[in-house]
Amino acid sequence: MDIAFIIEKLILISAILGISLVIAMYTTLAERKFAGFFQDRVGPNRAGPWGLLQPLADGVKLFTKEEIIPTHASTFLFVLGPSLSMFTACITTAVIPWGQDLFLFGRQVSLQVADINVGVLYVFGVVSLGVYGVMIGGWASNNKFSLLAAVRSASQNISYEIAMGLSIIALLMMTGTLSLREISEQQAGMNWNVFYQPLGFLIFMICSFAETNRTPFDLPECETELVGGHHTEYSSMKLGFYLFAEYINMFVSSAIMASLYFGGYNYPFMHLISNPNVAALIGVAAFFTKILLFIFFFIWVRWTVPRFRYDQLMKLGWKVLIPLAIVNIALTGAGILIFGK
Amino acid sequence: MNSLTNRKKVLASKQMNFWERIYLPAIINGLSITMKHFFKKRTTVYYPEEKRSFSENFRGLHSLKRDENGAERCTACGLCALSCPAEAITMTAAERKPGEELLYREEKYASVYEINMLRCIFCGFCEEACPKAAIYLDGDIAKAGYIRDEFIFGKDKLVEPINK
Repeated sequence: MDIAFIIEKLILISAILGISLVIAMYTTLAERKFAGFFQDRVGPNRAGPWGLLQPLADGVKLFTKEEIIPTHASTFLFVLGPSLSMFTACITTAVIPWGQDLFLFGRQVSLQVADINVGVLYVFGVVSLGVYGVMIGGWASNNKFSLLAAVRSASQNISYEIAMGLSIIALLMMTGTLSLREISEQQAGMNWNVFYQPLGFLIFMICSFAETNRTPFDLPECETELVGGHHTEYSSMKLGFYLFAEYINMFVSSAIMASLYFGGYNYPFMHLISNPNVAALIGVAAFFTKILLFIFFFIWVRWTVPRFRYDQLMKLGWKVLIPLAIVNIALTGAGILIFGK
Repeated sequence: MNSLTNRKKVLASKQMNFWERIYLPAIINGLSITMKHFFKKRTTVYYPEEKRSFSENFRGLHSLKRDENGAERCTACGLCALSCPAEAITMTAAERKPGEELLYREEKYASVYEINMLRCIFCGFCEEACPKAAIYLDGDIAKAGYIRDEFIFGKDKLVEPINK
């Protein structure tokens, strides 16, 4: 392992971390702005031009707020909860292929932190770890509403992870690989997986909404029933971490949806560009465009669809999505058998 | 039983059909509705920068009027205070001294005239009660303040400036 490799990876990791934090920051602004637009309002527009400094103002506010740890809360777990949320939200970006290889200073620079051959499994592992942040935080608060939210969030994630995994299996049967880079490469041109797996994509998307605790599946922080849900007792930046982790999760699941189903960094007429660096950079731009469109979709749905009732949520998960995902696997199997991929 | 208005509607809880049950068309419909609103013109008025235009008979802050010579019209008769349903108006009467004819029109005038804007309900009864056409609610909307004393408007704020 040479020193250039370490430097290259360090730069890549800090860039990705920085980009995902900035995108998450501005998603909070976009959410409030778009919420305004959807409701014929203008949204925040006082901090800076068009309210562009609003996320900074929010950050400063959260940092300077008083930090309260309830007397009867378990301090260690209480701090661990939001940290774990934030940590798991950030590490998922490690396996996402952001673009094709660049050729810089005579080196082939991969725009992926780690091309592990079980990338999809890694994503699933980290995503299921993510629920521990909510669970531990809710449990450690020693508050009945937080505990209820934690229980809800745990059972919701377990229910929807099954359907998510099953919908991915159909995709894996087609692609024959677990590496996200290979899956992206297979979708070159307009050969996107969503055209072969529309049902699988639909299930996967619904499950990502549930996994990121977004409306209509935001039962863990359901204000009407549970005060603030798992972060009722949280204040200051620990609350900020929970809210922020949700936006990073949104970014990450958008990235995963884009790379699994919408061609990742591929775009039409990619092979016509002769310079590989230019082609790769346009690919990165295309990938981020897809991600931002997905984030917009997340926001759009949030301001359209009302929240599910808890029994409806469970019914949808267990009685609709899982059977559908199994049917999808069977259909995919039949398709592969008849058409041979 | 016969309905009196003929507007009675019998509602039936009908079974949802397949398309309604899979829920997706409804969601897509909803998404298209919200998207329509996304591009609609905003109805917001950016308040401190631009102001909503008021109607002719809008009742805003009070002003104590002067006559054509610039003398105060108010004669401290107290009819406004009497008519005020919120009891927001108080005043102290004083006698006009010789040489003050240009300041006050009648022999009696209000040396202190106070309206508590926290009590005032802007009904305009004072304006109707005034026999001297001395008070009109033709001002701006009431300003916000930090302490209650700021809302007690004395003559310094109420009497209209001389060279208007």
